Amino acid sequence: MDTLVVHVLNALLYASVMFLIAGGLSLIYGVMRIVNLAHGNLYAFGAYVTAWAVGRALGDATEASFWMYALLPVGALAAAALGAVLEPTLLRPLYRRAEEYQLLITFGLLLILEDVMRLIWGPYPLQASALYEGLGSLTFGDSIYPTYNLVVIVIGGVAAAGLWAFVYRTQFGVVLRATSQNMRMAAALGVNVNRVYVQAFTLGCFMAGLGGSVIVPQQGAVLGMGVDALILAFVVVVIGGLGSLEGALIGALMVGFVREAGITFFPEIELAVLYLMAAAVLMIRPAGILGRA
Amino acid sequence: MDILKTTQLCKSFGETHAVDHVDFTVAAGEVLALIGSNGAGKTTLINLISGLIPPDSGRIEFQGTEITRASIHQKIELGIARSFQLVNLFDQLSVHDNVSLAIFSREGRTRRLFSLADADTAVRDEAVAVLKQFGLDGRTGAPAGGLSQGERKLLDVAVAYALRPKLLFLDEPTSGVSTREKAPIMDIITQVVRSGGITAVIVEHDMDVVFTYCPRIVAMHQGAILADGTPDQIRNHPQVTANLLGAQTV
Amino acid sequence: MKAMTGPPRRVLAWSAPALLALIVLPFVVPPYQTVLLSYGLVLAIAALGFNLLLGYTGLLSFGHSAYFGMGAYAVAFIVKYLKFESMEAFLLGGILASGAVAALFGLLCVRYTKIFFGILTMALSQVLWSLAFKFFWVTGGSDGLRVPTPTLLGGFVRAGSDKFEFLSHRYYFYVLAVFVVCVAVMWVIVHSPFGKALQAIRDNETRAEFVGVQVWHYRWVAFLISGIFTGLAGALWVPLNGLTTPDILHWTFSGKMVFFTVLGGFQTFFGPIVGAIIFNYLETYAVGHTVYWQMVLGIVLVVLVLALPAGIVGTLRRLGLRATKAT
Repeated sequence: MDTLVVHVLNALLYASVMFLIAGGLSLIYGVMRIVNLAHGNLYAFGAYVTAWAVGRALGDATEASFWMYALLPVGALAAAALGAVLEPTLLRPLYRRAEEYQLLITFGLLLILEDVMRLIWGPYPLQASALYEGLGSLTFGDSIYPTYNLVVIVIGGVAAAGLWAFVYRTQFGVVLRATSQNMRMAAALGVNVNRVYVQAFTLGCFMAGLGGSVIVPQQGAVLGMGVDALILAFVVVVIGGLGSLEGALIGALMVGFVREAGITFFPEIELAVLYLMAAAVLMIRPAGILGRA
Repeated sequence: MDILKTTQLCKSFGETHAVDHVDFTVAAGEVLALIGSNGAGKTTLINLISGLIPPDSGRIEFQGTEITRASIHQKIELGIARSFQLVNLFDQLSVHDNVSLAIFSREGRTRRLFSLADADTAVRDEAVAVLKQFGLDGRTGAPAGGLSQGERKLLDVAVAYALRPKLLFLDEPTSGVSTREKAPIMDIITQVVRSGGITAVIVEHDMDVVFTYCPRIVAMHQGAILADGTPDQIRNHPQVTANLLGAQTV
Repeated sequence: MKAMTGPPRRVLAWSAPALLALIVLPFVVPPYQTVLLSYGLVLAIAALGFNLLLGYTGLLSFGHSAYFGMGAYAVAFIVKYLKFESMEAFLLGGILASGAVAALFGLLCVRYTKIFFGILTMALSQVLWSLAFKFFWVTGGSDGLRVPTPTLLGGFVRAGSDKFEFLSHRYYFYVLAVFVVCVAVMWVIVHSPFGKALQAIRDNETRAEFVGVQVWHYRWVAFLISGIFTGLAGALWVPLNGLTTPDILHWTFSGKMVFFTVLGGFQTFFGPIVGAIIFNYLETYAVGHTVYWQMVLGIVLVVLVLALPAGIVGTLRRLGLRATKAT
């Protein structure tokens, strides 16, 4: 029974992070009809920046002070800032062109970001495990479970709720939804579409960066994590539908649980299992449960 | 002999009954107009018959054969073709290639990988002949995307015509075209259709065009057929004038 | 309308001297340069295959490393398990292996377009890549598998003691011959009725369907042919490299194929060939200068998309057209 609880929590942990990444991707697509192939790298960027910040704060110390937890969002903010710069410079010129060009330029961006991270932080993984260990673990029954994981799950839940409230209960959310449903009409009504686009893109990048920031204490930042995340984020949005936040949540939960089951029963082919799952889902569910094609 | 017959054909999108229990028959060789305000269900009806979307219920028969759930490909093989309201062409291919592709496809030659398309003189000659009928023979080498709206509308029809269909649906063949260009376009279309013995269903909004070129008019409203008759009958039909034509002082 | 029964005279005008130069090359330049160009020709064959999907069918694949890698590993397996050394066996094996995988992956992928197609192709090639590591006792894992120099023309031509001399002369001519055949075959394919159908699908999927072209079937065939050309390139590549490793199955290699096709100009027939050859030189000479190779590719790709979307050949062609109009 206890191991079941552990598995469920692991699945929820993974789902939390996947929701942040995929939710960001879906939000951007929903508003702007863009798919950013470099989205996974923004997740990676968030992870690296947070790990770096924590490392600097720690210095030679091995135990984390409580204030260092406030550094977690740093990666998310960095990713958001990066997004705010990228949208007007690289993406806006291509809105009227064929979609291939969007894919090509964001692919170029993916390549650039991969090496930028290598340039800044080197080829070896960056850790922030002090934050992970600093919260200790909870005991229930015969099992112990890292408290940090529970924090991440909570953050994921709060993010989901917060995002929902933001999109459906705020003035900005109304503008966002209007622009996503009918850009021309929104513009005709006086909405500054360019500004909405950069704001939506920034928010999406913030979410991806936040996913990286919160998970980096648990698993570290490593080169190549961006592309793996990208492919899995796609699995999530395919299940839940591209453009739907609720769908991203459902998809993230499904991916979290399936992955946990996969790792438990077939640990030796974990990597291939994830890609196979991606391929399988992509084949079975083209438009997703809740999405718009 | 009825070339086309739909029985209680239905299609809904959510709450909207786009096509509502429609019984529609077309006799072989007819040229008829399908009119109605926007949202009346004309294009949906064509989409159902041509195979773009599946009906919710009802039956479609073509020359006695049931084709309700047949694929687009099967319907084309049987002899149903269509043009589009928003022009649908192969913009990067030349005018000539747009038409010759339809011919190659009709002849089953698009499977050929190892012969040069331009070497097939039979197809080439036929394509040139079709383009001549449509008045487009001066622009054969130009990319389809570079033509004027009127030329594009004609090419759209020419491509469908090159399939030598038995039944041709023309979805607003003169929309977006200036008034003085409409008559020449319709002249060409009706000439081509008559000489080919093709049954044509023309969706149109321009009533002058409808009354001039179409001996039979079917009026749709809110998914159902409102009236079906000659131009005079339609002109004097009270519900048609009320819903579609406005009060007319004849 | 120009009457074409074969390649237009304009193309023949410059391709004949180019071919002549390629034939004469090994006798005038150092052997190293010839071998280097062999790599370029191999990548050019892969680019031809890749562009059948991108330029002619409108499908951007991020997973073509799968077919190149299948071609290469097929050769390695033939050496390891069947103990054959004939280049013809290698080519046949490469074609069959890449064809089988392309047929399967194609079935899965061609129902989708644009981003979903791209990601699915990437995911599938990553499955192969990860399998190459997992089944290391078969594939040699990250060490890869060695491949000796093959015999050509059914054993008639052998390497002898000087491997480098073999590669820079006899093997070069073999690669060149296969290259010319590939160019000719692909030229016919894209100018065939089938090729026109593909372009129609690229331009307007719905209309293609309504002209009687069953879009999925045609895409699948294009996918298959594309995979086979790329796999053939992989098979030709291995003897040059002497070794095959999982790197060529990784998405970064797919990215290179995307890059050099766009560099040369994916809307033209010869663009990808030119792009591949130029890229080969870029990669060889720049690798020594920087480790941040991906960043260079990424920046150039971004610049290409923003400023030079027609690629090198496409832009030259436009400038050429403008010049002829001016005179």
